[in-house]
Amino acid sequence: MPVVAEREHRAFQDLARAPLPRLYGLARRLAGRDAEDLVQETLVRAFKSYEDLKSPQAAGAWFSTIMVNCARDRLRKEGRSVREVSLEELDEFSLYRHIAEEDPFPYSDTLHADFLGLFDAEDVTSVLETLPAHYRAPMVLRYVEGLPTKRIARMLELPLGTVLAQLHRGRKLFERALWDYAERTRLLEKGDGG
Amino acid sequence: MITCADAVKELWEYLDRELPENERARVEEHLNFCRTCCGELEFAEELQRFMRSRQSDEIPDDVRRRLEGILSELKEP
Repeated sequence: MPVVAEREHRAFQDLARAPLPRLYGLARRLAGRDAEDLVQETLVRAFKSYEDLKSPQAAGAWFSTIMVNCARDRLRKEGRSVREVSLEELDEFSLYRHIAEEDPFPYSDTLHADFLGLFDAEDVTSVLETLPAHYRAPMVLRYVEGLPTKRIARMLELPLGTVLAQLHRGRKLFERALWDYAERTRLLEKGDGG
Repeated sequence: MITCADAVKELWEYLDRELPENERARVEEHLNFCRTCCGELEFAEELQRFMRSRQSDEIPDDVRRRLEGILSELKEP
């Protein structure tokens, strides 16, 4: 490798090393078990467009944007086989009501908070992983990364209305998935002192 | 006047400030008298905080080693 290229390569390596945990965390939320693949793809793509990076201070956001682009391209490839979820199935579900009706902790005065208190970060990542990828991506970008919906629409190259609809369904799916996960993994029993 | 079912459908958009002004006003009117939907709204807010707070950016050592291996193998752009 020529000296200049070698120096650039070293600079890129130094730049990419620090945000690796953050990138891996985002990849876990966006791609679940394929997280490591997604980080690899992001690093390769970032290196190819390294000269586009305006300043090292912007590296964190730059890597994250490239990762979202990679995730978006993966979604497009999978797009044809995506199973649409019927909104009718979901619309009636309210986790708030469901917790109150099922009353998993009869002696609790803070039923809903106690239910959410059952979940740690790993549990929430597992619940997000159960969502179809095209609902998961907007959910993660909006409610974990805190990005505005218009920006998400631009990043995913989707009409705003599509993103809003995906968020609506994604929220319902997430609520139902939280309850299903708590039942399946017996979190509810732990919370009940069992 | 909107029903509880309609209000609940719009609570997250309400919190996200994604509703047009007229729909926002209808949700607010409903929330002014419906205690159950206020509970739903508080829970939706709690769920949003929950999603932000329950995240970890830890990277297992073996994954980090493999990714750093990828970094050192990258060819010039």
